[in-house]
Amino acid sequence: MTDRAILDEVNNLVREVFQRDDVTLSLESTAADVDGWDSFRHIEIMLAIELRFAIRFTSSELDEMQTIRDLVDAISRRT
Amino acid sequence: MSVGLTRMAPDLPWLPEPDDWVGQMQALSSGQPVNPVALSRLASSNLDFVRTAALDRAVMTARAQGWLASPPHACRLAMLGSATVSHLGAGIRVAGLRRFMDVEVYEGAYGQYWRDIFEEASSLAGFAPTAALLSLDPWHLTAGLPPDATPEQRDRALREMLEHIVHCWGGLQDRFHCQVIHQLPLPVFAPDLGANEHRLAASRADFLRRLGFALRELSDTHGVDLLSLDAAIEQDGCALWHNRALWMRAKQEISPVAAPAFGDRLVRLVTAKAGRAAKCLVLDLDNTLWGGEVGECGPEGIDLGQGSATGEAFLAVQHYALTLNARGVVLAVCSKNDADKAMAPFEIHPEMLLRAHHIASFRAGWGPKPDALREIAAELNLGLDALVFLDDSAFERGLVRAELPEVAVPELPDDPAFYPMRLADAGYFEGLTVTRDDSNRAASYQANRQRNELKATHTDLGAYLADLGMEMVWSPFAATDLNRLAQLSGRTNQFNLTGRRRDREAMQAVMDDPTMLGLQFRLRDRFGDNGLIAFAITRIDAPTCLYIENLQMSCRVLGRRVEEAILAVLMAQAQSLGLSALVGEYVPSTRNGLVGDLYPRLGFSQTSMTPDGGRLYTLTTDTCEHSYVPIRIQRADA
Repeated sequence: MTDRAILDEVNNLVREVFQRDDVTLSLESTAADVDGWDSFRHIEIMLAIELRFAIRFTSSELDEMQTIRDLVDAISRRT
Repeated sequence: MSVGLTRMAPDLPWLPEPDDWVGQMQALSSGQPVNPVALSRLASSNLDFVRTAALDRAVMTARAQGWLASPPHACRLAMLGSATVSHLGAGIRVAGLRRFMDVEVYEGAYGQYWRDIFEEASSLAGFAPTAALLSLDPWHLTAGLPPDATPEQRDRALREMLEHIVHCWGGLQDRFHCQVIHQLPLPVFAPDLGANEHRLAASRADFLRRLGFALRELSDTHGVDLLSLDAAIEQDGCALWHNRALWMRAKQEISPVAAPAFGDRLVRLVTAKAGRAAKCLVLDLDNTLWGGEVGECGPEGIDLGQGSATGEAFLAVQHYALTLNARGVVLAVCSKNDADKAMAPFEIHPEMLLRAHHIASFRAGWGPKPDALREIAAELNLGLDALVFLDDSAFERGLVRAELPEVAVPELPDDPAFYPMRLADAGYFEGLTVTRDDSNRAASYQANRQRNELKATHTDLGAYLADLGMEMVWSPFAATDLNRLAQLSGRTNQFNLTGRRRDREAMQAVMDDPTMLGLQFRLRDRFGDNGLIAFAITRIDAPTCLYIENLQMSCRVLGRRVEEAILAVLMAQAQSLGLSALVGEYVPSTRNGLVGDLYPRLGFSQTSMTPDGGRLYTLTTDTCEHSYVPIRIQRADA
C-alpha cells in the first residue's frame, strides 16, 4: 500500500471511532489535534488499526509514536 | 472484516455482516424515531469492537434525545473487577439490544470491587443491580502464591482466595439479592515447568486451574453462575482474548477487541436466568440434516451416514441436535417439501439418528417459511423468541430474519462439518441448571404430537381428555426439586399470574417459612410423564384466607384443565386449614395476557385492586362448586 492509501484508511477509521466526518488527519497531525483523542481512545484506535490491517504493533512502537507519520510508517513496514 | 485470513479478534461469526452500516448509523442519528426491531437487527450483525462502540454511543445519544422506545426487557448489571472493566460496557449493552433488552451497566472503578460490595455508602447501593459480574484477574488471584511455594503454602493460598471469593459472593447476594456471575480467569500464564506443570506447587498456571475446579463446585453450592470463557479460548486461542501488551499498559484482562464476544457471552447468562434462552431448534431438511434433496433423489438417495465425509458431517449435525434434545431442547422441522417425502427418511433411512418421535412439530410444505415458523411456535405454545432456525439456504435465512426478527437465525459456514460448532458458539440454548426433568420435557413436547393425533380422532374435547388418562401428583415443595422449581419459574412467562419469578434461594425460603405453603404438581398421562409442570406459592393468612402469591404452569399442558385440578388441591388445603377463602392475585405483564381471566374462569370474584395494578380475586370455600375434572388427583407421599 502507498502511504497515501494508508493515510486514507487511517482517516476512515479515526472518523469511525470518533463518529465524526469532519476529521482529516495529515501526516504531520498528532493526537492533540483531535478533540477527545485521550489515552483510552488511543488504545482503541491502535487496536482498530491492528484489527483492520491485520498487523500487530510492538509496545515500543506504541510508546514512540508521536505523529500520524510515525503511525503510517509503522503500518507501511508491515503491509 | 480483517484484511488477512488470520483472525485478529474473537468475532461473532453466527451473525450476518451488517447491511448498509453507514446508512443505518446515519438513520440512528437523524432525529427520526428509531424502531427497536430495526435496532435489534443492526445489533444482531457481526460488528467488530469499533462498530460496537459506535453503535452503543449512537444508541445512548438517541435514547437521551427521546428518539428511542425502550426495549421490552431490562436489566441492571454491575461490573466489579480487580482490574479494568470499563472498556466492556459497550459490548454488553449491544448484546442486550440483540436480545431486546436494555442493559444498564455500572462500571466499577479499577480495583474497587471490595468497596463496591461491602461499603455501606458505595455508589453500587444506589444502582441496585439485578445482576453482578465479579471479575478477578489472574494476577490478583495468584498474588498470595509465593514464587517458591510448597504444596502446603499453595493449598493455604488457594483456600484463602476461595474464602475471599465466597465472601464477596455472599456480600453481593445478601445486599442486592441479585444474580451473581463470576468470571473465571483467562489462562494467561505460561508454564514454568512444562507439560507436567501440575507438579510445580508454585505454578501460577496450575494455581488458576485448581482455582477453576474449586470455583465450579462452590458456585453450585452458593447459587452463583460462572462465566467461563474456556470453550471460547479453546476455539479462538487465548491471544485473541488477552493482549499482554495491553495488560501492561491498561490492566485490561479482556482485550477491547474481544468486548463484543465477551458481552454476548455474559448477556447469555442474564437472559438464561430470566428464562429467555431459546427452547426450540427448528431444522431445515435438505442440505441441513442430510445432503441432497429428498424430493429429487428419494429417501434412499440422500447423502447421510458413514462412508462419505459429507454424509458423516450431516450425521454429526443430527447427533448434535439429539444431544440438545436430551437436555431439554425441543426439536421441530420446517422444510419446503411434500410432507410425505420429507417424512420418509425419518421412517425408513437406516442411518437417520433423528426419528419422527424426536420432532415435536413437523412442517413440510410449500408455503413461506416465516408462516411455517409462526405455526410451529403456536403449536408448541412457545414465543417466536424461543425459536432458533437452522437452514443452509441464505435466501431462507434472510427471509426469516426480515419477517421474524425475534427468531434467531445463525449464519452457517459452507461446510456442514462446522454446523454443530457454529450453533454451539452462538450460545442460543445457554443453560444454567440441569434437572431430572430436562430430557423429559422435550419428550413431553414430542408426546404432545401423539396427543394431538388422538385429539384428531375425537370430535369432543371432553371425551379426548377423559381418554388421555391424566394423573396429577402433588406435594408440598420437595428439597430435591428446588432446581426444577426455580427453572420452571424462570422459564414460564405466559402462565405466570403475577410475572414474579423465584430463584432457588427464594424457593428454599418458601419451604423454610412456616406461614408459606408451596405446592408442586406433576402430570402423567398415557403418553408419558410431563414432569413437574406447575407450582403454587401460597401464604396462610389465618384465620381468613389462603392467599395465592403466584401460580406458574408450563404452557405445554395448556387446554387440559390442569388449572382446575390445581384449584381443587388448593381448595382442599384451605378447607383442611379451616380457612374461609382462597385469594388470588393477577398482575398484568407484557407476556401473561393468557391468564388475565384465569381467576374469573375458575369462579373467583374480583374484590379489589393493588397499588401496582394487580387485581385480587376471592373464592369462598363454602361457595365453591366442584365440577368434574378428568384428572386423577393424588398426593405424592400417599
